Amino acid sequence: MPSSLSVASAKTRHKRVLPGFGLSLGSSLFFISLILLLPMTGLVMQTADMGWSEYWYVITDERVVASYKVTIWAALIASVFNGVFGLLLAWVLVRYEFPGKRILDALVDLPFALPTAVAGITLATLYAENGWYGELLAQWGIKVAYTPLGIIVAMSFTSIPFVVRTVQPVLEELSPEEEEAGITLGASDWSVFQRIIMPSLWPALVTGVALSFTRSLGEFGAVIFIAGNMPYVSEITSLMIFVRLQEFDFPAASAIASVVLIASLVLLFAINIWQGRYLKRLHGR
Amino acid sequence: MASGQRHQQRVGDRPAVKYTLIGITLVLTALLLVVPLISIFEQAFVDGLAVYWDSLGDPDTLHAIGLTLFVALLTVPINLFFGVLLAWSVTRFEFPGRKLMMTLMDIPFAVSPVVAGLLYLLLYGNNGWIGEWLYEHDLQLMFAWPGIVMVTVFVTCPFVARELIPLMQQQGREDEEAAVILGASGWQLFRRVTLPNIKWALLYGVILTNARAVGEFGAVSVVSGNIRGETNTLPLHIQLLYEDYQATAAFASASLLALIALITLIFKAFIEWRQERAEQLH
Repeated sequence: MPSSLSVASAKTRHKRVLPGFGLSLGSSLFFISLILLLPMTGLVMQTADMGWSEYWYVITDERVVASYKVTIWAALIASVFNGVFGLLLAWVLVRYEFPGKRILDALVDLPFALPTAVAGITLATLYAENGWYGELLAQWGIKVAYTPLGIIVAMSFTSIPFVVRTVQPVLEELSPEEEEAGITLGASDWSVFQRIIMPSLWPALVTGVALSFTRSLGEFGAVIFIAGNMPYVSEITSLMIFVRLQEFDFPAASAIASVVLIASLVLLFAINIWQGRYLKRLHGR
Repeated sequence: MASGQRHQQRVGDRPAVKYTLIGITLVLTALLLVVPLISIFEQAFVDGLAVYWDSLGDPDTLHAIGLTLFVALLTVPINLFFGVLLAWSVTRFEFPGRKLMMTLMDIPFAVSPVVAGLLYLLLYGNNGWIGEWLYEHDLQLMFAWPGIVMVTVFVTCPFVARELIPLMQQQGREDEEAAVILGASGWQLFRRVTLPNIKWALLYGVILTNARAVGEFGAVSVVSGNIRGETNTLPLHIQLLYEDYQATAAFASASLLALIALITLIFKAFIEWRQERAEQLH
């Protein structure tokens, strides 16, 4: 998540007055190693047992490749939609006062707090042909449930908070002077927004969209109920791993999982480096 | 229009723009978030209150509720303990690798829960290098409750630290350093100085961890084995019911989890309201 900034880092180096350095760092390292890093060894060993050609064969299987495509496209569209909707939400929450604002702010976190399986069955029911939304959309010939469109709906639902919560603090800190100058000089709202606000906002927006994309790539619970899970059409990669596991094909499941794991770790590190850099610029350090 | 423009100071302050944006946001939020939330309860009560209570009173459902609470009861204290220590170490000290540690901490956010479950299954299952040893000693972690607890700890471990870190950074270490100079012991320092400052964020971290712990689905479904009445947590039970065409029963169970989510949100709104009021008083 976004708000992990090292604000204190550039201060003059403190002598360690506070107690608990050894204890807290030691247990943190122990915890991270035991909970987060150690389990990866099992995956490494499992995939190392396979030959390279077998590994390649499994991860480039036609059905698996189709699942990468569905997952990446759906996550991309969902996170771009969230970029627009999330920016709008953050803007309205930061800039305006209106009754019910606090409720709206709390509602943004609903997808974080609501279990994904609950979101999944709810969206599947809403968008099914006899559901509230499904019936309406059917009149225009749009089918959402049990199609790739359903995957996009589920992914954007579960990852909306990422964009809002990344953009919101930056929008709050934006100083009004330049903006006021632009307006006073007679520039239109739109051009001030484009030329003055967007340049300081877009790094946060990109971070939020990237976080939303990463989360969507891995989303499972919300998606499988609404997707229909048809091989080659609406089967996501996480489900592909699950299917291989149910066939007791551990090596294949591990191979596909290693692809997903590497992709998400690369994205995670890239986002963190990128975020660290723009925040430094933003705070002038 | 002309007079409106003269008073306008910032972008989007013009009433026409302002109310259009608020309107669009409210409509979209209603459609995308509020209606789904309401429909959970609508679906749960569609056949009346009696059916709702009946489906919650089913022995398998009761067992799933019990197991879910049990898992949360073990997970939350573990993650609370390490979350506080993690936040303390990265906000109170400078050390090489500090940023790397904060990135590593985010792994559960980025990794698909199915992959998380698989990692644990490969290591602690009968074929894994630790699993083999466990098997020889007749210890089974996977497809049993310990495995469910382990993956739930994995998935929910960043939440407490993530809530604490920004707050503890913002508050700085001056108060605590003063306390040390005045001779406070480590425990006194934490209880009397740090804890009062972070208690609300800490509580929210705990509640959020709890909400995620009771709701974890992907990782748990890999390691649970889905044995009805034994290793079925509430989210897995909901899936079974739903796929068994017992939608009303599924939504009855789902309404319990939705209620926990709602309480989490209300609590968060309350904390933020308190915080704003405290800032205004200063």
